[in-house]
Amino acid sequence: MGQLTTGEREFASVILLVLMILGIAMAAAGRFDPMGVHGGMVFLYSGALLWWILTSFFGKEPDASRFSSYYDDPIKVGVALTLFWAVFGMFIGVWAAAQLAWPSLNFDTAWSSFGRIRPAHTTGVIFGFGGNALIATSFHVVQRTSRARLADQLSPWFVIFGYNLFCLIAVSGYFMGVTQSKEYAEAEWYADIWLVIVWIAYFVLFVRTLARRKEPHIYVANWYYLAFILVVAILHIVNNLAVPVSLGNAKSYTVWSGVQDAMVQWWYGHNAVAFFLTAGFLGMLYYYLPIRAQRPIFSYRLSILSFWGITFFYMWAGSHHLHYTALPLWVQNLGMTFSVMLLVPSWASAGNALLTLNGAWHRVRDDATLRFIMMAAFFYGLSTFEGSFMAIRPVNSLSHYTDWTVGHVHAGALGWVAMITFGSFYTLVPSIWKRERMYSSALVEVHFWLAVIGTLIYVFAMWNSGIIQGLMWRTYSPDNTLVYSFVDSLLAMYPYYIARAFGGLLFLIGAIVASFNIWMTVRTVPVAVQASSDAPLPSGIYGATTSPAE
Amino acid sequence: MDFDHETMLELSKVWGLLYLILFSVGVVVYTFWPSNRARFDRAQTEIFDKDDTPWR
Ligand code: HEM
Ligand code: HEM
Repeated sequence: MGQLTTGEREFASVILLVLMILGIAMAAAGRFDPMGVHGGMVFLYSGALLWWILTSFFGKEPDASRFSSYYDDPIKVGVALTLFWAVFGMFIGVWAAAQLAWPSLNFDTAWSSFGRIRPAHTTGVIFGFGGNALIATSFHVVQRTSRARLADQLSPWFVIFGYNLFCLIAVSGYFMGVTQSKEYAEAEWYADIWLVIVWIAYFVLFVRTLARRKEPHIYVANWYYLAFILVVAILHIVNNLAVPVSLGNAKSYTVWSGVQDAMVQWWYGHNAVAFFLTAGFLGMLYYYLPIRAQRPIFSYRLSILSFWGITFFYMWAGSHHLHYTALPLWVQNLGMTFSVMLLVPSWASAGNALLTLNGAWHRVRDDATLRFIMMAAFFYGLSTFEGSFMAIRPVNSLSHYTDWTVGHVHAGALGWVAMITFGSFYTLVPSIWKRERMYSSALVEVHFWLAVIGTLIYVFAMWNSGIIQGLMWRTYSPDNTLVYSFVDSLLAMYPYYIARAFGGLLFLIGAIVASFNIWMTVRTVPVAVQASSDAPLPSGIYGATTSPAE
Repeated sequence: MDFDHETMLELSKVWGLLYLILFSVGVVVYTFWPSNRARFDRAQTEIFDKDDTPWR
């Protein structure tokens, strides 16, 4: 914040004052409703930020030398918030997993029941952890690849703090029972409106920064980030069109009805997977992988082709979530076909990443950070293959409603999303804090193995339990009655649920190790003087080894 | 004209298909257009430049 100009400080104070007034209004209008609590939270949150601004309000103006460096302060805050949400969201995940094995762990209280902590987990990890990671890295990548400083200094802060206010309102709402009952879009109408405002600011900032670029061509990673920002805005607005009961009530009703509602929801839901959990993280992959491996991407043209393939195929795949429903058959077929076609650009991306590493396997062996990135590409290939397979209707008749879906989700979420994030962070952190290396490369190694073993345990447990579940539900006796009751199948799940909770616990410990390592890097590692020793040597580019581009 | 299920059908089965095919052709042409080669090659390697400051 220290670099804000007087004008920016004034503008920030005005925004925060308006927010505080809005908070009071919400608290007053919603005083008989959970919305009132949220009003109070908005008031306190913006009040605390205003206090922070005011303490340096009359500080001296930053000098013009700031324009000769990148604006990394918001990224640093974004990194810290990402790690906070990672630990929080995964802790809730482990808790939810433990509840499925031992249901009494809800302690018989409403707020901690499975139905409430489950959305707290998904929102915490997807939006809190994933979203903050995407915002932070997008600010880094767009500046470095455009060779331009962020377009202004206030809007990055607005985006980061505004976005986290959304996450906070969403997650705290679930504990109080506030929900729209749309998966991954549970937050109620006022939080949704706020997210639209924040997201538009994000879009404008990103495009303005791109417009200031000194490179003629926009590097492909930015295309993915831009697709993520733009499409998430569209999805979010369309799926959340709703009419609140009253301005003082948290409850709202969607404008969609019946099967259209289902289709809009899963058009949203699947593209949330595509543009939140895939496109944005592919942006990370296309920057941090070449940087860390010190090799240019195997084929730039392939990355362009797969970009358009992914963006345009994904849009039509959502109906595979609605096989065997009231949705017209041809729409189901459409979704199924596009899901199978999606395998092509998805594997093109995964293959492009792995082929980039081809010839640098010794680095992969020595550098756990690069191994994170490689594993992420591997799991990306795995989960997209699995997804295309599950989208085929007869296969889906076995997998739907079972833990197989949950296994698929976490092969993507832990193996792809989380691993690419940690790999990127171990590259990003020494770079923006200008440290010569991470505090401990041994701890990176420990984290890597915790993450890999945790993911494997999780995914194999769910594959097993999912297929057993699916088969038990469709086993008929010779006289055409079901052989197993639902409770029979539930009992069969017990060992797998314990295994999943354990695998998840390992993954959570890994995230805590990462947070500690990053904290110690910032606190204790000396500022780098010359080339960083933690980063691999740049032989691939400037040295003797040839690479495909040369 | 009524905007009903039949309209949607026609939209997606005829125009949707055509639009996606034309679009893919466009993307392939753009990707392999000879004069784009230089910018792609440059983009591919330029990210490694080492000084960590914006260009003015
Ligand atoms: C510490 C590791 C984690 C554990 C123990 C865990 C546990 C769980 C559990 C128990 C569920 C509910 C499954 C059910 O209803 O049967 C769940 C759902 C989910 N989790 Fe996780 N999780 C973890 C990490 C993550 C991460 C990092 C992400 C995303 C980046 C994620 C995304 C999701 C999603 C999207 C769902 C909903 C799945 C569906 O509806 O099919 N999880 N998780
Ligand atoms: C080619 C790519 C992919 C295809 C075709 C695909 C397909 C599918 C299918 C068919 C389902 C099951 C739907 C159901 O039975 O209800 C599913 C669920 C899911 N997939 Fe994928 N998947 C792909 C990649 C990914 C990736 C990379 C992730 C990243 C994390 C992911 C996250 C999810 C989530 C969160 C769900 C659960 C949705 C729910 O709550 O029910 N998918 N996917």
